[in-house]
Amino acid sequence: MSFLKITSPHGHGPLTTAGIMQTVLLATLPGVAVMTWFFGPGTLINLLFGGALALAFEAAALRLRDRNPGPYLRDYSVLVTSTLLCIALPPYSPWWLIATGIFSSVILGKHVFGGLGYNPFNPAMVGYVILLISFPLQMSTWQAPRGLDAVPGVMDALEALLLPAHYDAVTMATPLDVLRQNQGLLMADLQAQKPQFGRWAGVGWEWVNLAFLAGGLWLLFKRVFTWHAPVGLLVALGLCAAIGFDSGSSESGGSPLLHWLSGATMFGAFFIITDPVSSAVSNRGRLIFGALIGVLIYLIRVHGNYPDAVAFAVLILNFAAPLIDQYTQPAVYGSKPVKRDEP
Amino acid sequence: MRATHSIHGGIHPTEAKALSAPGTVLDAGIPDKLVLPLSQHIGRQPDVIVEVGETVKGGQVLALGDGPMSVPLHAPTSGTITAIDDRAVPHPSGLTNRCIELSCDGADNWVALEGLSNWREVDRTALISAISQAGVAGMGGAGFPTAVKLNSPATQPIRTLIINGTECEPYISADDTLMQIDAPAIVEGAEILAHIVNAEEILFAVEDNKPIALAAMQEAVDASDSNCRREVMSFPTKYPSGGEKQLIEILTGQQVPSGGLPAHLGIVCQNPGTAVAVREAVLMGKPLTERIVTLTGQALNKPGNYRVRLGTPISHLLAVTAFDPKDNQRLIHGGPMMGFALESSDVPVIKTTNCVLVPTEQELPTPPPAQACIRCGLCAEACPASLLPQQLYWYARAKDQEQLEKHHLFDCIECGACSWVCPSHIPLVQYYRAAKGSIVDARAEKTRSDRSRDRFEARQERVERELAAREAQRAARRAAAQKKAEQGADDDPIAAAIARAKAKKQTAEDPQSTPAGDDQS
Repeated sequence: MSFLKITSPHGHGPLTTAGIMQTVLLATLPGVAVMTWFFGPGTLINLLFGGALALAFEAAALRLRDRNPGPYLRDYSVLVTSTLLCIALPPYSPWWLIATGIFSSVILGKHVFGGLGYNPFNPAMVGYVILLISFPLQMSTWQAPRGLDAVPGVMDALEALLLPAHYDAVTMATPLDVLRQNQGLLMADLQAQKPQFGRWAGVGWEWVNLAFLAGGLWLLFKRVFTWHAPVGLLVALGLCAAIGFDSGSSESGGSPLLHWLSGATMFGAFFIITDPVSSAVSNRGRLIFGALIGVLIYLIRVHGNYPDAVAFAVLILNFAAPLIDQYTQPAVYGSKPVKRDEP
Repeated sequence: MRATHSIHGGIHPTEAKALSAPGTVLDAGIPDKLVLPLSQHIGRQPDVIVEVGETVKGGQVLALGDGPMSVPLHAPTSGTITAIDDRAVPHPSGLTNRCIELSCDGADNWVALEGLSNWREVDRTALISAISQAGVAGMGGAGFPTAVKLNSPATQPIRTLIINGTECEPYISADDTLMQIDAPAIVEGAEILAHIVNAEEILFAVEDNKPIALAAMQEAVDASDSNCRREVMSFPTKYPSGGEKQLIEILTGQQVPSGGLPAHLGIVCQNPGTAVAVREAVLMGKPLTERIVTLTGQALNKPGNYRVRLGTPISHLLAVTAFDPKDNQRLIHGGPMMGFALESSDVPVIKTTNCVLVPTEQELPTPPPAQACIRCGLCAEACPASLLPQQLYWYARAKDQEQLEKHHLFDCIECGACSWVCPSHIPLVQYYRAAKGSIVDARAEKTRSDRSRDRFEARQERVERELAAREAQRAARRAAAQKKAEQGADDDPIAAAIARAKAKKQTAEDPQSTPAGDDQS
């Protein structure tokens, strides 16, 4: 009889790409749950609507590229992209904003470059930045968190999505905005005067960040990625904040804790910059990649014109990733110098 | 026990070693026919010295080694030579090799064997020659002629002999079995090897998933005397700890320099099976004609470790082990990580056959189609050589040979750990093998073209030199001629004659004299 000819190895480990993507999706749950608690069902509606659109765009793009969409849709990668983008979008975004974002992410961020694995930039961040530049007003309107105002219901969320002109948003500046707009105060006064500030950072935001941290630590435990990029980012951001902060005035940029627990810090550190396709490849490279993103986040937050900075920082470092790779090749076996005599 | 060191990467695949019940050896019997390929080792193939129709006895030399990188081939039993022709042999690319077919008579008559019982007093070269004459080649996998490995130059003294009983490849338990049942022979073989290379210490390396073998080795070491420092070392089970380079780092903390040999560190590694073969070659003069082969996989109803005569067709072994063929059936020569699939069972067992794996589809499923690389980096985490497999894959697909070499493609040991972990099921090792092949080709091509360019340039130079020499000659002649011409204005006889004639004409204005008369004068 004739036997099957396959090259070695003949066994395979338990991991699959689809499995990894599903794990990442699961890990976003704590963060999404906390966001839903503090900001209402807006994020969930974003996720559902965005997810459906993303699958449709992916299928259409694959058809255009003459590929059978089935196996590609089942790798869950496009759902990860849409989920990350929809978490980053303000809750209660209108349908056209989400659609534009998903189109930009899936088509311009991914398929234009050849689909999964070939995108030089983080697709979710491509979509986010295109939206931020094109629709700054819609992108900087955030729902006021629970405790400071009433949280909308599901019907409100659907109205916001489908009939944006009729929807009456209850919005409020985010803590990072407040900090930027109120220079020349004492931090203590700012925290006392402005309702947005909570125990360590912004009301709601601090818990959202802690929830994403929890999800990220779970991914680390599941060995979906290594610690290098997130730790690089958090340490660099903390160091910058520690150097800049004079522990009193609101001009000095805020404390490391404030930066760690504000905006998209934890979400970015564990869910965005850990996208392997667009980051550096070696562990040392990923440490540098994360650290430089941390520095950029601080600089843009404190000295730039945008309220948060993760998306820009990530895209800039996506450009730099090949250069980082060039200089961070690990030492291979056999490069250790030979000891002639044993001690 | 001295401390062991850890290595980068590695994986923990399902071991499945219990399936072949290590510790017991079954007899695979003598088949009707044995097929003996001439090339069962790395190096030159030996020259056939028997003819079709000739009757031979067990242990008789069938092919004689030719040069140091060649080992002879012996008859594993008695019978008649019935064919000498090219046949399929166990090879990843399904190549053929010249084979001697021996029809066995079943009597198993052997030639008289003679050993060297007093090996400690025998000259090193005589021992090496005895090992070479017995056809011993590394039985762990590569089949490097053992005698060559032992013949290290005086500039590279060997301090440490490592007996590599790691057997990290899943499913295989041939070395485990040998260590369990024949530990004293392994220890004595190691002693002979250490004596030959003049080693100071012998390290017996066994992974910690083989407690019985470990105990047996320790007992055998304790029960024997030696001039060497000896140690049985165990370390955590992890694939590929048994890779020669990996094992050296685990035991000594040192790394074999890139492109170098263990001998550069004063180390030589041998397989336990090789140690036993060396002992038999030296003490009894017995050639290497059989080995223990793990026959395993769930498609076999009687898996186990079998004593198999070299040249036994794998089809015979499948019959002995009650093979039950299934859909998508694979037949693997070697283990699941580094073994290669055979297309037909009509190939023989050779000196490097440590395992024949016949899995079911459930056991080792056919891989699904490869997906895109998402550069997750799991391969880099798993790589025991600390390479960046995802980058190598990228460059291999782009055929970027410069970057491949810059990313140390040739330090890849093809262990398959990267492919094993790859969530996109990319056959990474296959890309590296192909890339290595094309780089080797390109280098050979470059050498060839360099050589012909050198030849061309040398010729060009010679032609130019000759041209220049001829030109110089011509110029010299011309110069000489010109110089003569310049001087010749005074003393050239013809010119002088003309001048004289003209002068005469002018002076003789006498009309009676004719020009013709002038000419004749």
